[in-house]
Amino acid sequence: MRPENAIEIEGLTKTFPGKRDWLGRVTGLVHALNGVDLTVRKGEILGIVGESGCGKTTLTQVILGLIPPSSGTVETAATPQIVFQDPQSSLNPRMKVWRIITEPLFATGRYPVAALRDKAAELAEAVGLRPEHIDRYPHEFSGGQRQRIATARALVSDPETIIFDEPTSALDISVQAQILNLLLELREARDLTFVIISHDISVIRHLADRAIVMYLGQVVEEGPADIVLANPAHPYSQLLLSSVPSIRDGESHSDVSDFGEPPDNQTLPQGCYFAERCPRYDDRRCGVPQTIRRLGARQVRCALAVRRKDRSPAPCGPAPY
Amino acid sequence: MSGNGAGTILQVEDLHVDFPSFNGDVRALNGVNLHVNAGEIVGLVGESGSGKSVTAMMVMRLAETGSYAIPAGRISLLGKPVFDLDEAELERMRGRDVAMIFQEPMNALNPTKRIGHQIREVIRKHNPMDKAAATATAREMLKAVRLADPDSIMRRFPFELSGGMRQRVLIAITFSCRPKLIIADEPTTALDVTVQHQVLTLLKDMAHRTGTAVLLITHDLAVVSQLCGRTYVMYAGEVVESGPTSDIISRPAHPYTRALLQALPEYATRKQPIAFIGGTLPDLRHRPTGCVFATRCTLREGRCDERPPAARSGSREAFCWKPGFADAP
Repeated sequence: MRPENAIEIEGLTKTFPGKRDWLGRVTGLVHALNGVDLTVRKGEILGIVGESGCGKTTLTQVILGLIPPSSGTVETAATPQIVFQDPQSSLNPRMKVWRIITEPLFATGRYPVAALRDKAAELAEAVGLRPEHIDRYPHEFSGGQRQRIATARALVSDPETIIFDEPTSALDISVQAQILNLLLELREARDLTFVIISHDISVIRHLADRAIVMYLGQVVEEGPADIVLANPAHPYSQLLLSSVPSIRDGESHSDVSDFGEPPDNQTLPQGCYFAERCPRYDDRRCGVPQTIRRLGARQVRCALAVRRKDRSPAPCGPAPY
Repeated sequence: MSGNGAGTILQVEDLHVDFPSFNGDVRALNGVNLHVNAGEIVGLVGESGSGKSVTAMMVMRLAETGSYAIPAGRISLLGKPVFDLDEAELERMRGRDVAMIFQEPMNALNPTKRIGHQIREVIRKHNPMDKAAATATAREMLKAVRLADPDSIMRRFPFELSGGMRQRVLIAITFSCRPKLIIADEPTTALDVTVQHQVLTLLKDMAHRTGTAVLLITHDLAVVSQLCGRTYVMYAGEVVESGPTSDIISRPAHPYTRALLQALPEYATRKQPIAFIGGTLPDLRHRPTGCVFATRCTLREGRCDERPPAARSGSREAFCWKPGFADAP
């Protein structure tokens, strides 16, 4: 593993048992990950976007070692931590906050309670809570504050890498802004590596240095976040981005209403995974499995993709009011 | 601006709703005024706890009788006072006059009955027709929501459909009785973004084609900006601002609306801190006597301890002592 990398993933696949016959024998497989190659560099914020079923969650579980891969390799420089989507269900309601935050250390049995409480108070402050909050229970906090507690818990073992699975999707807009600010602050202050998974493109665009777009268990596009998410090259990334309702232009401009839904991941398509939904489908070139190719600053898994200008978006000035 | 004309489908006037709790009544709605005209798509936006879903529940009378109190206010739907209807009249009203689309389509469908049965059931409840005619109508409706192969869909159970297909089925059911008003409560929050786009486009097309008015409840300002001609912004049980959506988005008059828009990462500079709304919602058991947003407002001054009157500018309305109408570009 190269020293500048935090995570290296090669040829990762993961299948789960799907259909069973009447004897309970597995007759079909769910293909969750279908050959993911991915490198996370130390100190960067990597954003992963994709829709349900694209394999984002399976990918994090394999990275964390919660489930073994079916094939391929995952190497991590240090054990990553994770912050889950729903702070309501990821915090033990019967534990006080200091115990929740220090659970990873408590479990080692090597630290006295006083040291754990000091550590919890210090981290509570780092994530924008008051030190006296550590003697309360999770239900006494709002959703945003609970997400801060979950973040503090991820920091307690001094990780190099933290994975955030949909960090703000359970939160209101005004609270989301606070959590995004906190993440950027923490990354600066503690020199961390973040992998952020979100279905919200604007969140990834705001935070990430590099973005990958996943579809049906594969990376279909990878590159600098401002380029990929402003001017996508893969037809799926284009569909995804044009589907995001934009607040800037009143009426909807693109009619993508008839592009169907992702295929069932029990039977994988023969050729390009996106072929049946692709507006640019070409018989001769899309009938074979697609490989990922480098096009300028990015990589794209599409035979038809041409090199696009790697332009950054127009500078996002303040709101037009 | 109030809609007293013949074209008004829904009129909510000065609606107050209390939910009793052990330590005092929770005032969930505090003087809400809104109306929806025939054929209009109106947005109702707000964060959690703003009272947008309570408003919908009150229009449909979905909250359990006795679990709430209405200290003041009235709702009229097609000219009929909703609070004076008895249970039988309500039954006839729901589905025929006003129908609702919920957030989670799986919960709104009966998991043990085939789709065809569920659509026919609704159609025949409100229209006297035999099974074959109802089946034909159901097939038409499924075609209208662009589901390929309606006959196969009708034979399936809800769990055999994807989330987007289920929401299309629900839209088909909702439109099947030709209601005058559809209340869609976060209809796409549980869906993926490409599917969300399909469902919203469909909802908009269907509403335009049938002339049905839609009250779209959502937390997503972008969704509202794409669909709704007019929008009401709610905060802590009050409508703080209303008017044409494009004006609200481009020149928000109320400080809350402005702060909400500025909190969107879309408007922020990449990697730079986003302006956020500090503080929390006021305690709804002890509402402030003054402006409900005052404690979190950056423009707060002496007057804000009194409840602000409606400030108007054309068809716009904002409840603020210092409304930002003048910020025209």
